Amino acid sequence: MIISANSKHYQNLNEDLRKAYAKHKKVTIKDVNGQRYIGCGLKGDYNLDIFGTPGNDLAAYMDGPVVRVSGNVQDAAGNTMGSGEITVCGSAGDAPGYAMRGGTMYIKSNVGYRCGIHMKEYKNSRPAIVIGGCAGSFLGEYMAGGIIIILGLDKPRDAEIAGYRFATGMHGGVIYLRGGIPKARISNEVMALACDEDDKKIISQYIDGYCSRFNYDRKDILNEEFVKIIPRSKRPYANMYAYV
Amino acid sequence: MLKEGQVRIPSGCAIAAIMDKQAKPFSGSEIIKSIALMRDRSNGLGGGFAAYGIYPEYKECFALHIFYDNNQAKTLAEEFLNNHFDIKMCGVIPTKPTAGIKNSPKIWRYFALPNKIRLNSSGKNEDEYTARCVIRINSSIPGAYVFSSGKNMGAFKAVGFPEEVGEFYMLDEYKAYLWTAHGRFPTNTPGWWGGAHPFTLLNWSIVHNGEISSYDANRRYVEMFGYKCNLQTDTEVITYLFDLLVRKQGLSLETAAKVLTAPDWDIIDAMEQEEKEKYTALRATYSGALINGPFSIILGFDGGLVALNDRLKLRALMAAEDKEKIYFASEESAIRVVCPNPDTLWSVEGGTPVVAKVRG
Repeated sequence: MIISANSKHYQNLNEDLRKAYAKHKKVTIKDVNGQRYIGCGLKGDYNLDIFGTPGNDLAAYMDGPVVRVSGNVQDAAGNTMGSGEITVCGSAGDAPGYAMRGGTMYIKSNVGYRCGIHMKEYKNSRPAIVIGGCAGSFLGEYMAGGIIIILGLDKPRDAEIAGYRFATGMHGGVIYLRGGIPKARISNEVMALACDEDDKKIISQYIDGYCSRFNYDRKDILNEEFVKIIPRSKRPYANMYAYV
Repeated sequence: MLKEGQVRIPSGCAIAAIMDKQAKPFSGSEIIKSIALMRDRSNGLGGGFAAYGIYPEYKECFALHIFYDNNQAKTLAEEFLNNHFDIKMCGVIPTKPTAGIKNSPKIWRYFALPNKIRLNSSGKNEDEYTARCVIRINSSIPGAYVFSSGKNMGAFKAVGFPEEVGEFYMLDEYKAYLWTAHGRFPTNTPGWWGGAHPFTLLNWSIVHNGEISSYDANRRYVEMFGYKCNLQTDTEVITYLFDLLVRKQGLSLETAAKVLTAPDWDIIDAMEQEEKEKYTALRATYSGALINGPFSIILGFDGGLVALNDRLKLRALMAAEDKEKIYFASEESAIRVVCPNPDTLWSVEGGTPVVAKVRG
């Protein structure tokens, strides 16, 4: 089933989408430009193909569907999503994976500021974000769980893989960095370690996922070491406002 | 009715800008289309535009756009203007009845040159003289608000959604080489005409998405230099900060932007010696000009613009270039609606000004 978003308001578009899912499992939306909340709260084993630039909060609170975007996404894609998958064949704006609780995001190129802010995990629900390019500042800010993998493919020679204030307030989860990052960019709340066998298995699994989606060769990605970033403490600010 | 400043207003908002780098003028319909796409970021309580290059036939004159709440305000303001300026031409700014635009004040436009005798005896240059006159009208004539005072440029603003404001002023009939736009979302107060963006002084204009938590510190600082913040909205003070730092004190636009978004001390500490000394001196000298809080702004001026985000980048701002045009908008889709496949597209970083100037 194909829907044309052509200048529709997001409320009408989402209404059309819900009607389509009453009869179909797979829906394609064409000519998307700026419509917010597409697939918001959608629950079930649906497929959604989007062409264009979806607006803010794409697939917020989504639970289960598989979304593919041929284009860039704006701010807060995957906001608080519970499960499912978002594949972005372009770049993401600020705060993709905001408070994400499960599911996977594959972003082909770059992400803006605050990717994965306050992601969290619970029991078997472990969200993951794979970033093919570079990240803006505050990557993994207040991160409480889950996995972020950042590859830095096509990184300009004079650039760093991520911006400043990397992992500020991080107190759970793990970030895997391909190559390294200057120490001055990393917050005091985290430490950098070498990857062990278990880490390599996790990385390998998501690299395969990335390569199959965007036609990369895993050899070209696994040709550099990964660094593992984890928090020093579960409560980095426990004493921030206390006399010690 | 309480106006802003008497009550608190956190705001949402949308901003956009389009400039032709060869200074070729183009109609306002493009910027209207761009800002209209972000309608959901505004709530109908304010919209506005700044346009550069629109008055080539009067480019030597200051173009004063004035709102009058009543006839008495107009009488007093015109008496003041006649004493201080030679009015080359004046009239009502043409508008057309538009659904959504209500309770319009009287909106007048004056093309004015400073009165030579008064200008000479004031000992000021004509920019300073005119700026002082604008501040004087806005602070001493109740019900009169000069909302635009540059040369060969003009601001157009109202209470309403931005695309309605564009229709109201018939901006598709104006041609400018640079347009900026604003859609407003004040949440705690009635919006009013003077409180809509852009905020201007001389050729400066500011559109702003966000909120300035350091407003009072900044206001006290500029008031020491003779400015008066009488439109009672935080954005106004940013306009005066740029006027003070660039026009009066001669800082470059880039340096002024770095004063407003000074790097954190730990980042300054990590700089090379020379940079470190420069930024330490700037922060120490201009602590009152540091703007805190979430914001993205676009500053328009004669011949270009500056796009700037707060240091922590708490507001979105995208930029794109396509051939001779440069675009900015709070959302990527608002650029793509007028330029579907730009040559380059990027996100403006926190505390890092993007300065774009026309050639020549």
